[in-house]
Amino acid sequence: MSLVHEVDYGTPASRSEKMVSLTIDGVEVTVPEGTSIMRASMEAGISVPKLCATDMVDAFGSCRLCLVEIEGRNGTPASCTTPAMDGLVVHTQTSRLKDIRKGVMELYISDHPLDCLTCAANGDCELQDMAGAVGLRDVRYGYEGDNHVFAKADGVANDRWLPKDESNPYFTYDPAKCIVCSRCVRACEEVQGTFALTIEGRGFGSRVASGAHESFIESECVSCGACVQACPTATLTEKSVIAIGQPEHSKVTTCAYCGVGCSFKAEMRGEELVRMVPYKDGKANRGHSCVKGRFAYGYSTHKDRILNPMIREKVTDPWREVTWDEAYKHVASEFRRLQYQYGRNSVGGITSSRCTNEETFLVQKLVRAGFGNNNVDTCARVCHSPTGYGLKQTFGTSAGTQDFDSVEHTDVVVVIGANPTDGHPVFASRLKKRLRKGAKLIVIDPRRIDLVRTPHVQASHHLALRPGTNVAVLTSLAHVVVTEGLFDEAFIRERCDWDEFQDWASFVSSPEHSPEATEELSGVPAEELRKAARLFATGGNGAIYYGLGVTEHSQGSTTVMAIANLAMATGNIGRKGVGVNPLRGQNNVQGSCDMGSFPHELPGYRHIADDSTREIFDRLWGVKLQDEPGLRIPNMLDAAVDGTFKGIYIQGEDILQSDPDTRHVAAGLAAMECVVVHDLFLNETANYAHVFLPGSTFLEKDGTFTNAERRINRVRKVMSPLNGAADWEVTQNLAKAMGLNWNYTHPSEIMAEIALTTPSFAGVTYDLLDKEGSVQWPCNEKAPLGTPIMHIDGFARGKGKFIRTEYVATDERTGPRFPLLLTTGRILSQYNVGAQTRRTDNVVWHEEDRLEIHPHDAENRGIKTGDWVRVTSRAGETTLRALITDRVSPGVVYTTFHHPSTQANVITTDFSDWATNCPEYKVTAVQVGASNGPSDWQVQYDEQARLSRRIAVLDAAE
Amino acid sequence: MASDAHKTTGEKLVYMANQIATFFHSQPQEHAADSVADHINQFWEPRMRQQLFAILEQEDNGLDPLVIQAAHHIRRPGPIPA
Repeated sequence: MSLVHEVDYGTPASRSEKMVSLTIDGVEVTVPEGTSIMRASMEAGISVPKLCATDMVDAFGSCRLCLVEIEGRNGTPASCTTPAMDGLVVHTQTSRLKDIRKGVMELYISDHPLDCLTCAANGDCELQDMAGAVGLRDVRYGYEGDNHVFAKADGVANDRWLPKDESNPYFTYDPAKCIVCSRCVRACEEVQGTFALTIEGRGFGSRVASGAHESFIESECVSCGACVQACPTATLTEKSVIAIGQPEHSKVTTCAYCGVGCSFKAEMRGEELVRMVPYKDGKANRGHSCVKGRFAYGYSTHKDRILNPMIREKVTDPWREVTWDEAYKHVASEFRRLQYQYGRNSVGGITSSRCTNEETFLVQKLVRAGFGNNNVDTCARVCHSPTGYGLKQTFGTSAGTQDFDSVEHTDVVVVIGANPTDGHPVFASRLKKRLRKGAKLIVIDPRRIDLVRTPHVQASHHLALRPGTNVAVLTSLAHVVVTEGLFDEAFIRERCDWDEFQDWASFVSSPEHSPEATEELSGVPAEELRKAARLFATGGNGAIYYGLGVTEHSQGSTTVMAIANLAMATGNIGRKGVGVNPLRGQNNVQGSCDMGSFPHELPGYRHIADDSTREIFDRLWGVKLQDEPGLRIPNMLDAAVDGTFKGIYIQGEDILQSDPDTRHVAAGLAAMECVVVHDLFLNETANYAHVFLPGSTFLEKDGTFTNAERRINRVRKVMSPLNGAADWEVTQNLAKAMGLNWNYTHPSEIMAEIALTTPSFAGVTYDLLDKEGSVQWPCNEKAPLGTPIMHIDGFARGKGKFIRTEYVATDERTGPRFPLLLTTGRILSQYNVGAQTRRTDNVVWHEEDRLEIHPHDAENRGIKTGDWVRVTSRAGETTLRALITDRVSPGVVYTTFHHPSTQANVITTDFSDWATNCPEYKVTAVQVGASNGPSDWQVQYDEQARLSRRIAVLDAAE
Repeated sequence: MASDAHKTTGEKLVYMANQIATFFHSQPQEHAADSVADHINQFWEPRMRQQLFAILEQEDNGLDPLVIQAAHHIRRPGPIPA
C-alpha cells in the first residue's frame, strides 16, 4: 500500500479541440491550444519548478520559479502564464534559469523558519521540495533582517510577526510560514467561490488575511478546506496532520454525507485516518470538498458509538449487552413469532439511504425473500419519492438527466426549492463558478438563499413565492412560454407526444394560469415571473436544479411533473448543459431507490406486479414473491397503531427524528413488539427499540454509493469495523439466522447479483469501477461505460409525456390560530438529523436550531433575536430560540432540524404528497409566541430519551 | 394525543384517496376513474385497499365521487399466503 499519487499539472486543462505541437527540452509535445508551457511540460514528464502554480486554480505568475527560455524570444517568461504555441522550442533548464531560480529561493528562505524537522508539513512541503530541486545550498542574505518569522528581534516585539490562528477547529493558519503565493486566496475564489481570503498590505508587508483581518472562524470562511489543500507549505495545515503526522497510504473512497457523492482520498497511517483529501479525478467533485466531507468524520470514532449488540424486553428497561449470535437468534425468533401470531405481513424493514447499494439490496432481499412480504421502504419516501414518480411518468426513468459536469455548459440555471450552498456545497461551488463566467440564475424559493446574492453572483430573478404554491408558479411559467410562443416546437414534435402537448398547452394557456392571476396566491409579481420565463426559454441552454422544497409538499409529484413539462416545452433535455436535476439529500438516496427499496418496486424500478420481473428473482432466490405492493413508512406506522404491524428492522435510519408528526411516529413504534435498530448510535428511534445492532461507518466497509447524477462510486474499506462487522455482514447473518442460505464473502458478489438481475446495472462490476473510477447507470451492453446524459435520442419511455398540473392549495392553511407558514431546511455545517455532524467539531458553527422570523412578525410578537419562542401547530408545539432576519418574507418562518432537542417534527403534520405519501415538511401553519423555555413535551421527551439510553452494567463478579 | 391533526387510519385513507382523485379530476376525463384505480392498485398495500372497500360500503363515507366510480377497477386483495 502507498499513497495515491496525483499529478499536479500546474495549470488547469485547456478545453480547446485545436492541437498545437512544440518542443520542450528536445521532446516533441502536442497539447490543446491554450495549454500553458508548464502543463505541456508536465504532460511530457518534465516537471518545471513552481510554487504559486497548481492545477486547481488559474495561473498567477507570481513566484518566478517556473521561468523558461524560448528560442527566438527575449527574457525568461513564466511557463505557467505562457501558452504553448506551434513550433516553440522551450528549454526548462539552462544556467541562466538555474541562477535565477536559486536566487528566488534564497529570497523565499531568508524569510522562512527553518524548523523543518518539527514542522507538520515535513514530508509534504513544496517549498522544501523546491529548495531541493533548485539545489539551494546557502542563503546569502542571512536571517537577521526584516522578517515575519520571529516574535521578537533583539528583545523587541516584531511588528511583522503574527501568532498562529487556531480558531478553526480543523486547521491552523501560521502566518510565519506563509510565502504569499496566493494559492489559498485563489482557491477560495476560484474553487470554492466564497472570497473569504485576501492578501492585505503591499510588498514585503503583504500577507494572507481572512475576512477583514478577522480570525478564520469569525470570517466568512466556510471551512471547505480548499485553501489548506492548495497551500504548498505548513501555513495552512490540518490539525489532524499536526497531531498525527504524515499519512503513509491512502485509498480513494466516497463521502457518506450528501447526494453530491464527492470522491476523497482517505489518507491513513495504519488504521488511523489522518485526513480526507478531495480527489481530483473524482467526477462529481473534481477535487473540491465541503466542511462535512473534508473534516467532519470524527463521529466514526466518537465515544457514543455503540459497539456491542443489545437487547431488552421492554423499552422502559435498560439495555443488556449480548453476543452477536444471541442478538441474531433473538431477532429471528421474534420475527418468526410475530409472523406466526399476526400474519406474514405483520413485519417489515427500512433500508438506509446512508448505507451502500449492496447493503440496501440485501435488506430489501431479506424483507422480500426472508420475511416473504414487500413491506420495505426507505427514507427516500420522505424526500425524493415524488421525483421517482414524477420523472417516471413524464420521462420514463426515476432519475436526474445529467452529470454535474453539465453545469459548465449551462446558460440559464433555475434553482427551485433547494439551497445548494448549504445542502450540496460542492455542486454549489461548481455552479457559482459557471455563474461567475456569465450564466444567468433564477431562484424560486420562499427564502432568500445565499445564491440569490453572493460574491460575484446575483440572481437575475428571485421569485419569493409563498410556501405551497410551487405548482401555481411553475404552471404560470409554462403559461408564459406557451402563450408568448417561446416553446421549442421542433423538439416537441420530434421527441414528445404532440397531442398530449397540445392538450397541456391549452391547459396552461387558460387565463387562470397567467402570472397575473396566480400573483394573488403565490405572492410572485407577475412581471418578474414573465421575465424569468422569457429568460429561461430564450437564454440558451436551460437547466433546472431542484431539492426538497419541490418534493416535500402535498403536490410534490405534481411539481416534479411541472418541472419536466417546462424542460420539455423549452427543448432543454438530452444534451450537455440542460436537463432536470434533482439534488438528492443523502449520499445514497438514488442508490437506495435503484436497489428496490420501495414497497411496490423491485431493483431497477420494476413493479412488483410484473410477472416476468418477479420470475427473475423467484428463480434466483428460490422463493415465491408476493405480487402485491407492501406498506410505505407512514402506512407501516398507521398499521402499527391499528395493531396489524408488529415488527420492524431499521437499518441506518432515524424515523423518530426525521419523519413528520413525531407523536404519531412514537405511537407507531410504541405499538410494535419488536423494533430492531441497526445504527452507529443510540438514535432517537432507538428509544423505542427492543434490539440494537451496532452499525459500521463508510470507512469500515467496501461497497458503492450512487449519487444524484446516477454515478456509482466505490466505497473502500480503510479500517476494521469497530463493531466487528460491516452492515452487509450483519444483514447476512440475520438472514442466515432466519434460515436463508446466503454466503456472500465480499460486496462485489452482491453487486454481481444486482447486475445479473437488473438491466440498468448489467455492466457494473467492481473491476469496471476500479478501472473507470465510476460509471453512471444505465451501464449495460448499449452503454458499456455508463450514461452521463440521459434521453439523448429519445425518452426512456419513448415519447416524452406532458401532464396537466392543476394547482391545488394544501389543506395546511393559515388562519387566525396559525397565521404563519413554517418551512424547513439545512445549514452547511450540519447534516440531516445531525447524528454524525453533531458528534464533530462542526457544532462550533451551529450548536442549535434557530427559528428565522421576519422583523415585522417578530415586532408584532415582541420577539428579539435570541429569545426563546414557542412554535405551535395543529400537531404539537416546541420551543427554540429566534433569529430575526429579512431572509424570510413576512408571514413565513424557517428552521433547520439538525438537533433532536428542537423537535421540529413535533409540529409538522401528517399531510403528504398525493401520489407518494412524501410528507409535507415544507408547509406547516404555525403560531409563534414568547416562551420561557422548553415545552412540556421537550422536557418529557428528554427524560424518556435519557432513561431509554441506559445500558445495564454487568456484574463485576462475572 | 387527541388533536384535530391526528386522524384515524380510515380518515387518512379517505383523505389520500380523495387527494388522488383531485389530481385525476384535472386530467383528461375519459381515463380519470381508471387512473385513480390504477394508482391505488399500484401503491396501496392490500390491507389499505381492504379498509378502503370497507369504507366504500359506508354511507356518507366522504369519498370523492371519482373514487367511488373507480372502485370496481380497484383490485380486491386476495388471501395472504401463510
